[in-house]
Amino acid sequence: MPGLGITLGRGGATTFQQDLRNSDCILIQGSNMAECHPVGFQWVMEAKARGATIIHVDPRFTRTSAMANQHVPIRVGSDIAFLGGLVRYVLEHERYFKEYVTHYTNAANLLREDFQDTEDLDGLFSGFLPEENKYDVTSWGYEGIQGPTPAAGHKELFAEPGAGEGESHSARITEAPKDFTLQHPHCVFQVLRRHFQRYTPAIVAKVCGVPEEQFLKVAEALCANSGRERTTALCYAVGWTQHSVGVQYIRTATILQLLLGNIGRPGGGILALRGHSSIQGSTDIPTLFNLLPGYLPMPSARPSSSLDDYLKAHTSGTGWWSNFPKYVVSLLKAWFGDAATRENEYGFRHLPRLTGNHSHMQTVADMADGRVRGYFVMGENPAVGSMNGALQRKGLRQLDWLVVRDFTLIETAEFWRTAPEIQRGDVKTEDIRTEVFFFPAAAHTEKDGSFTNTQRMLQWHHAAVEPREDVRSELHFMFHLGRRLKALYADSRETKDQALRELTWDYPTKGMHDEPSAEAVLREINGYTVADGKPVSGFTALKDDGTTASGCWIYSGAYADGVNQAARRKPGHEQTWVAPEWGWAWPANRRILYNRASADPEGRPWGERKKYVWWDDARRRWTGEDVPDFIVDLPPDYRPPPGASGVEALAGDNPFIMQADGKAWLYAPGGMMDGPLPAHYEPMESPVKNALYGQQCNPTRLEWPRRGNPYHRAWGDPRYPFILTTYRLTEHHTAGGMSRWLSWLSELQPEQFCEVSPELARERGLSNGGWATLRTARGDLECRVLVTERLRPLKLNGTSVHQVGIPYHWGVTGRIRGDGANELLPLVADPNVDIQESKALTCDVVEGRQATRARAASGATQAALPEGLELHRRDSSRAGEVDHVPWQEKKKDEER
Amino acid sequence: MGVLDLLSRWPVLRQLLRGDLTALGETAMTERSRGLQSRTARADRVVKSVCPYCAVGCGQDIYVKDERIIDIEGDTDSPVSRGRLCPKGSATFQLVTGTHRVQHVLYRRPGGTEWERLPLERAMEMVAERVKHTRDTTWEDTDVNGLSVQRTLGIAHLGGATLDNEENYLIKKLFTSLGIIQVENQARI
Repeated sequence: MPGLGITLGRGGATTFQQDLRNSDCILIQGSNMAECHPVGFQWVMEAKARGATIIHVDPRFTRTSAMANQHVPIRVGSDIAFLGGLVRYVLEHERYFKEYVTHYTNAANLLREDFQDTEDLDGLFSGFLPEENKYDVTSWGYEGIQGPTPAAGHKELFAEPGAGEGESHSARITEAPKDFTLQHPHCVFQVLRRHFQRYTPAIVAKVCGVPEEQFLKVAEALCANSGRERTTALCYAVGWTQHSVGVQYIRTATILQLLLGNIGRPGGGILALRGHSSIQGSTDIPTLFNLLPGYLPMPSARPSSSLDDYLKAHTSGTGWWSNFPKYVVSLLKAWFGDAATRENEYGFRHLPRLTGNHSHMQTVADMADGRVRGYFVMGENPAVGSMNGALQRKGLRQLDWLVVRDFTLIETAEFWRTAPEIQRGDVKTEDIRTEVFFFPAAAHTEKDGSFTNTQRMLQWHHAAVEPREDVRSELHFMFHLGRRLKALYADSRETKDQALRELTWDYPTKGMHDEPSAEAVLREINGYTVADGKPVSGFTALKDDGTTASGCWIYSGAYADGVNQAARRKPGHEQTWVAPEWGWAWPANRRILYNRASADPEGRPWGERKKYVWWDDARRRWTGEDVPDFIVDLPPDYRPPPGASGVEALAGDNPFIMQADGKAWLYAPGGMMDGPLPAHYEPMESPVKNALYGQQCNPTRLEWPRRGNPYHRAWGDPRYPFILTTYRLTEHHTAGGMSRWLSWLSELQPEQFCEVSPELARERGLSNGGWATLRTARGDLECRVLVTERLRPLKLNGTSVHQVGIPYHWGVTGRIRGDGANELLPLVADPNVDIQESKALTCDVVEGRQATRARAASGATQAALPEGLELHRRDSSRAGEVDHVPWQEKKKDEER
Repeated sequence: MGVLDLLSRWPVLRQLLRGDLTALGETAMTERSRGLQSRTARADRVVKSVCPYCAVGCGQDIYVKDERIIDIEGDTDSPVSRGRLCPKGSATFQLVTGTHRVQHVLYRRPGGTEWERLPLERAMEMVAERVKHTRDTTWEDTDVNGLSVQRTLGIAHLGGATLDNEENYLIKKLFTSLGIIQVENQARI
């Protein structure tokens, strides 16, 4: 979640669900909260009962819209234009929270004179390297700062041009020149104002299809409900993230919330609504290629692979990330135990090195090319849940072996006998050489462990019963797999096997199945002092000298005092509304992040209604409803002496302690791949020309152009004239593995369908309850038709644009079956996080059951371009001819 | 047992006599219904848990009798969910006890057309052997540029967002020590 991470410092929701009750206004956009997070939605309803204004901006009228005071239909893929319009409104009408903005954000920072904006370069920022589809970020930095600006959140940007790969990041950006009058033409505030100047209500109407008066009503509600005594909260979900420019959606929202002064305050903030029980946890303790636990970057291949160089390259000179070495060394101690010594760099050289993009989409492309031989899939169903399902399955067919762990025989486990291409006869089961192992997985009721929910809160679930027969937890599988591999390599003296041999792997086991103790694992994650093995109280106790170990520094404190803090269950009605003794939230059990900002620069609450954390001058410490997200005894008037470094360089009025300058970043001088400010780009597939810039799409997007993954080059090409968006239903869960097999849920939502407006139904002869065939460049599918006014054609610039919606839960196995929506999606990604663009693409819809189920990935070709039609150029002439294939292995001849 | 006694136990009559128009209270009861208990009352123990579907993180109470789950309800103590569960959460009982769940390890040999049963221990051994073989044959000490990489691109992993933090930790720890870097999950895709 670098959208939040780069801007504010941490990649997680800034607030918690119960706090929504304190909001005076809630804007829900990119989320259908009432249907997808129904129980969390009770807090929105509670706010409404207290008089809050609820606004839902969404292409579809859903149950969330029905409960809102205002529903604003918007064109899929145009949210940056809408949010950018709100940013402009706040700036132009002087509705921003001046004191908050001046002190707590980088509005006053001066930028380099050679920085050029999208205004100057028709949709590109300065530094674009057309031959690499990347930016050299040098010119995005602050004035007067030599070298790169260290960004919190995701930190892999140091590998990018101009980001100072391998350089030390000791620049004292706290001392960068500023203009607190916000008048300097190169200060962030003025740059921001100029950048968003063209996002007028008229442009919002033209790009988003939102009439001006509706837009203005939203803008006024947000402004009226922000300030000293009032706060507005934003809620979003994957409707904002799954775009080729998704991270910038979140950036725009964060900029808006900062201008309104809503971050770190009760009833304010940004609540990211996550779709899986531990999806926040799986980025915190990442099963992600580019991260180590606690958002430490995986090391990249470099001429020097020493620990010192790695630490130097990633340690910030100022701010909390100056503690980086403590967290890295403690992680290495947790992993390699006594074998990790200062002399051998704590085993750092054991860690494998990255050489570019190793994300899921890249892996699938490589798999389809036969470069991956073995694959583990645990609790995920890529044959249905990932984009371009046919290409995913083509990849699976090239494997030597596949291990699937799940409750039941999901499509990924059965790709060799039930897949659409097998049913069609394109591929024969007998010809597939992949060896498949299916292991039945234990449910949460059969194992101990913690989930991290959408508000960063760890909650422990206790095993209720023993798993039956061969059913086991992933903890069991991984532990015993590791034990066996350690035995297989026990006699090896090869360097490559040293890491495994030295890996600490001695968790106690219990019960008839030798189930490893999940609490023992949590204890290691929390960390302990090496000498006596006692759990540490939190990350402030961690050291960089090898005397402490911790598997994930941000979770340090979850096992403080030897007590499983995640298992705390003091009933909510016996606590304050913050309920700090229910579960445990990272970091340090803080429930609202950046809560120092709930007080003014002098440490006093902004207003009585929004009192939360403040400075207690008598006790000389911060206090309040929550654990203060600040150095607890640092007075508000503290100013660092010149030349101060580390945490000491933060002033008493710098609430964003993870940031190197203690400020929230309206403008990102580092950390982003696709621009220091958000700009509206059209989705990779869009029937609409970008009305704002000559550059049509995100110029740094990742594409995998190949025969099995064709793209529709969009606007001006009538083959796929409509916008397609995907979504989920209350009664189903992602790829259906946990819902389509249950009769109770299947009865409620039995069949795949698409939603179309009455206007589109008339145009294409579709009837409610009848059948339709949907086509994209990748393939086609059949489903039932739901004709509904909940989806309306939008007027853009005088023309109607039709949108089609389809849920993505279906697949070919299970109690209820249907064509999977992801068969239609391409591999195309946001460059910051490699997330797919599944919320906005182009399609055609025709009446009846006409699907051939031929797939580009199994050799089918798409409909030819109508004769005489020329494809429009999509990248600006300044961007040159761009080649978007990400690389996994750096080629010698491509060396820079 | 006389006719009068039988009539006096007839709810309709009681409702008429007492003028109870709604018939939702005492007059609707019989001896049998008076003695009825909810399934949860018979539980040997209640185990605290968390809903496994979305990330709201609703509290769940798991009711266990004779080492079997007999019911799953929302936990009223939870400050997040206050006892509520959505349609998916309410279906958790079927998710964990349903007949759709496979209980045994299954194996499909190369070119095979059917699943075969395989003992768990044997399957674990085979997977470990395959990991070792693939890793050893695809190992890279250095990349094409001669830089040290200490890894294999021959093995990949997907999954994590529905797993426990402790499980993800072991996945990342073991796979990284094996030099496997293509470790991914839904948080990205």
